[in-house]
Amino acid sequence: MSKLDASGTGAGAGTSTGAGTGAAGAAARPGSYFRRLSRYYLWFTLCFGLFLAALGILEQEGMPRQWIGHLYMFATIVLYATIGVVARTSNVSEYYVAGRRVPALFNGMATAADWISAASFISLAGTLYLHGFDALAYVMGWTGGYCLVALLIAPYLRKFAQYTIPDFFAVRYGGGNGSNRRGTTVRAVAVAATIVVSFTYVVAQIYAVGLIASRFTGVDFSVGIFLGLASILVCSFLGGMRAITWTQVAQYIIILVAFLIPTMWLSVKFAGNPVPQVAYGSVLPKLAQREAQLAADPREQEVRATFQARADAFGERLARLPHSWEAGKIEAQRQLDAARGRNASLGEIRNAERTLLSYPRTADEAERAWTAERAANLARAQPPEPHAEPFPGKTREESDIRRNNFLALVFCLMFGTAALPHILMRAYTTPSVHETRVSVFWALFFILLIYLTMPALAVLAKYDIYTALVGTDYTALPTWVSYWASVDKANPLISIVDVNGDGIVQLAEIAIDGDVLTLATPEIGGLPYVISGLVAAGGLAAALSTADGLLLAISNALSHDIYFKIVDPGASTQKRVTISKLLLLAVAFIAAYVASQKPADILSLVGAAFSLAGSTMFPALVAGVFWKRANHQGALAGMVAGFLVCLYYMLHTNPMLGGNVEGVWFDIAPISAGVFGVPAGMAVLVLVSLLTAPPPPETAGLVEHIRAPE
Amino acid sequence: MPIDTAPFPSPPARTPDPGLARIQAARARHWARARRLIAILLGLWLATGFGTVFFARDLAHLSLLGWPLSFYLAAQGASLIYLAIIGGYAWRMRRLDRAFERELARAQEDGA
Repeated sequence: MSKLDASGTGAGAGTSTGAGTGAAGAAARPGSYFRRLSRYYLWFTLCFGLFLAALGILEQEGMPRQWIGHLYMFATIVLYATIGVVARTSNVSEYYVAGRRVPALFNGMATAADWISAASFISLAGTLYLHGFDALAYVMGWTGGYCLVALLIAPYLRKFAQYTIPDFFAVRYGGGNGSNRRGTTVRAVAVAATIVVSFTYVVAQIYAVGLIASRFTGVDFSVGIFLGLASILVCSFLGGMRAITWTQVAQYIIILVAFLIPTMWLSVKFAGNPVPQVAYGSVLPKLAQREAQLAADPREQEVRATFQARADAFGERLARLPHSWEAGKIEAQRQLDAARGRNASLGEIRNAERTLLSYPRTADEAERAWTAERAANLARAQPPEPHAEPFPGKTREESDIRRNNFLALVFCLMFGTAALPHILMRAYTTPSVHETRVSVFWALFFILLIYLTMPALAVLAKYDIYTALVGTDYTALPTWVSYWASVDKANPLISIVDVNGDGIVQLAEIAIDGDVLTLATPEIGGLPYVISGLVAAGGLAAALSTADGLLLAISNALSHDIYFKIVDPGASTQKRVTISKLLLLAVAFIAAYVASQKPADILSLVGAAFSLAGSTMFPALVAGVFWKRANHQGALAGMVAGFLVCLYYMLHTNPMLGGNVEGVWFDIAPISAGVFGVPAGMAVLVLVSLLTAPPPPETAGLVEHIRAPE
Repeated sequence: MPIDTAPFPSPPARTPDPGLARIQAARARHWARARRLIAILLGLWLATGFGTVFFARDLAHLSLLGWPLSFYLAAQGASLIYLAIIGGYAWRMRRLDRAFERELARAQEDGA
């Protein structure tokens, strides 16, 4: 093993650019290399702090908000591009696996940045705010998955020491003298799975980049996408895994600073303790008290009754379809005629016209629209659920269903985490198997710094909104409410309407989108705009770092596994890297194009990516190491079966994909389809392996090799 | 790149070399120990995840520094246990690897 590494390192040092941010030139001794990297990143953190302070002073001097947004956006993008240029490479080992000499601590940081996506950074705190205990399934699932990565997969991949995840499948399940010697079929299936999983995920990241860029700099959504794309490309195009690794470490530092500063501020404000993870325990009982108070408040009940009445009205109209549809249409037309007839103001006529235009065109359409409206109103008619209470339900069965769904989601997210190609790929980049084990520890450590803070942020922000915003006068609404309400007119992130007309904000009158919470926290806490911009830069870093890793996973699967291993095995190393870069460019543009279409259905599929990844790849990955008898036929059948079961369950039960909620098994929600997919894949793998011939003898040698210590 | 061509040793030939037999025995012992460690830690992992969720309603009445115990476990406790599992695994495996190295060195000394 050490011989291979030495040659890889030597080649890397030969072509490295020799200057700049630590990525260049391996040192002779790993210890001094590590110290040098630490020094670079300490300097970077210091400079970043100075940059923040300078912006803060400039804001005091009256620099407009728009400029601060622009400065953040361009400064960070230029930073990432610079690291990309400095760490550029066309060496195969450098391009695919960063020369296999990333120290464990930095590999952990890069994995954490790879892992913390736009969804984690922007939406998770909001999800925790909205769903309370139920949303902790994400925290548990996404952290518990790293146990599986560390114990079952990562060290063995490092010992195997190739380039991609499909490599492992092809070598482990190939071999023998037959047509399957090179494992082409199983490699192709693994590539397909990698692409399906990673592509839905990368589209969501690029979408988030466009969203943040357009909100904070005022550029058009598609311009925002292509600005973000430019920085991704400069980085991954020039330097592959090597550039991405060093960019991700910088991005992690930005993410951490951006998330901790506002949360610590809120924590000092409400609990008098700057460590939010410790402090919010004292806020929870106060929040529970306030929740009980609001549930019993007569004015709150009045507002909830209004929503209940609206829901009932929609229910009645639904019951009298299609007559109610016709009557409503005539009524809307009559309103418009009346307004025109009595020479009403232009605004009134416009309103009447808009009502008529947006009226459902057919009775079927009306049924769908009104059902959704009824559900939305019903949801707002419910009293607030206690934040910290696990699985509240009217009956024991209802509560049990929620518990089972929680459990199912936790396990799906765990198995999915352990099978995501862009995370597993990082196992290849450390200098030794031991360093890989330690790097998973650091990865989870750095992820936890953020993830343990998320529930704290949700509780602190909820307490602030429940106590400070609820009960204020409508004339004295805080400015952040009107600012965030006006950001996206079509789908307002926050809307507060005086439903009962008493001029005072009731909790039931607030409709808040989960995505706004992290971005608005600085303003909720009364911090200057510099911090708001910082949080946006953090969200941008989270989206870009994940997109980097995913794009590399896709383009490596295409260039290394499809082109080099299947189409043209004789290609020179230079040609391989060039092809890889071209494919990266192509995939990035396709993903950006798809994202610019704002595909709602793809975005809703991101949660499903975990179930799909787990069902397809996890059984074959683990059996590859722990069960020598697992063979080619078994692996293929297991992967296909896991994928199909998972896909079938989603299509069958998810209303957005044309399924029906009635078709669920054991009341498990479609997002947790992996609960059926993973066992099905595992069972089919075992069964088919046992029914067919054992794998060729050299497979046993390979398995012995990857199990053996270095 | 040298890595592209069959980097894996073929299964060891069956020669009656006593040194080789000892190395193989040491490898087998190492793997058995590693496997036991993994099984124990996976058991702990499963118990943490399953226990936290399954008994959440029963633990909700207990309180830990202001947190209801079940909320604390789901929000922080379980994740910290997962971190400890991974840390413990890396530490124990390091020791197992070193024990294997020592056995290997002893086998070579005896063989020489």
